[in-house]
Amino acid sequence: MKYVAAFGRFWWDFIVGDDWRVAVGLAVSLALVWFLAHEGVNAWWLLPVAVALLLVESVRREARSSGG
Amino acid sequence: MTHDVLLFLTTFFASAVEAVEALTIVLAVGVVRGWRSTMIGVGAATAVLAVIVAALGPALQVIPIDTLRFVVGALLLAFGMQWLRKAILRASGYKPLHDEGAAFARERRAAEGAGVEERAGIDWYSFTVAFKGVLLEGLEVVFIVVTFGSTQGNLGLAAAAAAAALVLVVVVGAVVRGPLERVPENTLKYAVGLLLTSFGVFWGGEGAGVDWPGSDLAIFGIVAFMALVSFALTRSLSRRRTALKPAESRA
Repeated sequence: MKYVAAFGRFWWDFIVGDDWRVAVGLAVSLALVWFLAHEGVNAWWLLPVAVALLLVESVRREARSSGG
Repeated sequence: MTHDVLLFLTTFFASAVEAVEALTIVLAVGVVRGWRSTMIGVGAATAVLAVIVAALGPALQVIPIDTLRFVVGALLLAFGMQWLRKAILRASGYKPLHDEGAAFARERRAAEGAGVEERAGIDWYSFTVAFKGVLLEGLEVVFIVVTFGSTQGNLGLAAAAAAAALVLVVVVGAVVRGPLERVPENTLKYAVGLLLTSFGVFWGGEGAGVDWPGSDLAIFGIVAFMALVSFALTRSLSRRRTALKPAESRA
């Protein structure tokens, strides 16, 4: 059981890392781009903008929490 | 062609950074506790990593390319943004810079303080620390080699870039006989994070069904956009940090 938990924790750290909100935001953005593309809307700009916003928000949140 | 150059550079620099970190661990253990068990640990971890590449690489190539790009893009985005996020926080002073000299001293102290336990004629501490160090740092390299190589249809080039970086780091480490403190590790991590995130956006979008304006050349636009956002963010945070410092010292 200990090894299963350690294995799960390793993959969580590997893929999700310190900020789970970024992972959720990425999943939602990719799903939205996929949905729009399959509805015939070529929303190529959506993913770069979403990634930039998620990055800015995550870094700022971390900076605030470390006293800045 | 341009994608192959970016593939080579990303894999090379990512592998070099991870190899430098693994080298620090291996050197500290080897210098303090001897090389035999340490090198057996390094060899065992390398063999495990080679098996993972040999098994995963061909397996990924049978997945339809759009599905593969979507999944790989999503994983690269999640993974690359972690690198980029940490690099921005380090560059702007909100996280301490990674210091190989300090890491070497820490590993060395731990190796000196650990007890002696022999199993099958092997110093268990040296073996497990070297094995875990190389395996964990190497898994990130394997992840990048396999995902980049398979999605780009050039696993051989990705593996060659990783091998070239590894050989370079080992040769320089053998010459210097110490941790590679002068390697601009934080800058390299910043650049690799930027490239991983940009490729994640490109492949994730393409796999989701997006037609990029300019087709393959769009990757350069994405890299430029992500670089602009990252540098602006780093600059703004650095200024805020500098502005806060006098206030902190007055308090």
